[in-house]
Amino acid sequence: MSLSLTAGMVPGPRKDPAVAAALGRRRKRADRIIRSLCVAATLVALGFLASILFTLTIRGFEAMSPRVFTHITAAPGSEGGLLNAIVGSIIQAALGTAIGTPVGMLVGTYLAEYARGSKFGNLVRFVSDILLSAPSILIGLFVYQILVLPFGGFSGWAGVAALAIIVIPVVVRTTEDMLNLIPNTLREAVIGLGAPKWKMIVLICWRSAMSGIITGILLAVARVAGETAPLLFTSLGNNAWSIDLTKPMASLPIAIYSFAGSPFEDWIALAWAGALLITLGVLGLNVLARAVLSGRK
Amino acid sequence: MSTTTTAPGATATQGFGGVQARSEAEINPPRIAIRNLDFFYGDNRALKSIDFDVPDRQVTGMIGPSGCGKSTLLRVLNRMYSLYPGQRATGEVMLDGENVIASETDLNALRAKIGMVFQKPTPFPMTIFENIAFGVRLHEKLPRAQMEERVEWALTRAAIWDEVKDRLDSSALGLSGGQQQRLCIARTIAVRPEVILFDEPTSALDPISTLKIEELIDELKRDFTIVIVTHNMQQAARCADQVAFFYLGELIEVSGAAQMFTAPKHPKTQEYITGRFG
Repeated sequence: MSLSLTAGMVPGPRKDPAVAAALGRRRKRADRIIRSLCVAATLVALGFLASILFTLTIRGFEAMSPRVFTHITAAPGSEGGLLNAIVGSIIQAALGTAIGTPVGMLVGTYLAEYARGSKFGNLVRFVSDILLSAPSILIGLFVYQILVLPFGGFSGWAGVAALAIIVIPVVVRTTEDMLNLIPNTLREAVIGLGAPKWKMIVLICWRSAMSGIITGILLAVARVAGETAPLLFTSLGNNAWSIDLTKPMASLPIAIYSFAGSPFEDWIALAWAGALLITLGVLGLNVLARAVLSGRK
Repeated sequence: MSTTTTAPGATATQGFGGVQARSEAEINPPRIAIRNLDFFYGDNRALKSIDFDVPDRQVTGMIGPSGCGKSTLLRVLNRMYSLYPGQRATGEVMLDGENVIASETDLNALRAKIGMVFQKPTPFPMTIFENIAFGVRLHEKLPRAQMEERVEWALTRAAIWDEVKDRLDSSALGLSGGQQQRLCIARTIAVRPEVILFDEPTSALDPISTLKIEELIDELKRDFTIVIVTHNMQQAARCADQVAFFYLGELIEVSGAAQMFTAPKHPKTQEYITGRFG
């Protein structure tokens, strides 16, 4: 832009109203095209989601009965339920979360409070993020190699271990993100009173970040509640009643997997019931997570 | 910014010599003695050979344009910079016969002795009572009754007791900005420091709250040595006994407040306080 140009002296030919109008029409046309593409894509996505939920709800409620919650797996045609799978899922998800959460919180705290900007911290963060997006069947295979093969077979503990490994990176990420949201002036205020760093972290930072971290934990639970692949190689599934963690243990995803693939009408119906239960559970956890997050302060 | 702003204590005697003599006489003996202080952010030298005394139980105002090093100096006094790798200081900052910036300094004990109030209020996510008790518990084990006494004393000294006495158990995050800042002052004095550092304590507050904080600072200097960083020249004139002017990491001038705002010694100071830059 030359400085010699003064206001009012626009370089180039005079504006042609016809060209301006044509450009305007073109702009509107382009806008319509992009807009309809976006709306169409949204409708397709919503359509799939709606039809999945619709089928699931219809088939799931058809199969739902008190028997589902009071009876364990039975032979086809003999009035079985999902009790063992529900209890197995709850036990494994709860223990997996209970083991994975403290580890994840400590790693996330290390990243946010001790290793900010350090090379080792960046490496840990990178590895954790890879683990976060790793196919869960890999984690199942890994646990199969180190816990199932050497210790003589499938067990509930192996399933718990696989789920804990899935929980860890989720909690690492949320913990670090939530701690990073805390303004440094709050940290300085604590330090400025003469508090050692560990007290700053445990008494102030964790407390400030707690609702966010709890949200992350709930989402991690929701994630592991529906995991099938890592359990296939670890706790295997069990048609009998067993809460012995050293033995194979049933779980909802595995029950769905094996029942849905069976040729028996009533087993397939149970698979739908189980799928509906998991979906409702995950939905509930997500709603709870949102409530915790919006309820903070 | 007006040069006619007069500080408390300024008299009609505007003569250079007369004001200087009077101001110098009013300054108390030093509580903190800074000698040959240099400060580095990595390789960047942010403070250059600072020599400067902070008088006991008076208010020292630090002024200067952004980036001049005044906040940096404040953060040297309680070693806040030690939180961040890559920041270091050399020289002497003597308090009670010890060099604050020596590596063997017990930082937690130092920060109990030198409290700090920040630009933005920083209430902790807990009750009003717990906010005050938090700092006290770091350094003392008090039975419940004495703790309650201490909390009341601190809140009273910070001129906020009457506003919060009926809701000590509610969250501190529900207070207004000005109340939160006075809560933070109460939290700082509850630890019973000797020196209090204020880092632009009113820049996030409305005029009424600002006035309350300034009155409070005036009140507190009877018992505490106070250092305040401010961008507001009137505030420095109203609050400070001694004023230090920093520019590009150097201490240009230290004078009694009256002299600084009526007859500054250095032309750069004159330019700054008359608003010609900054």
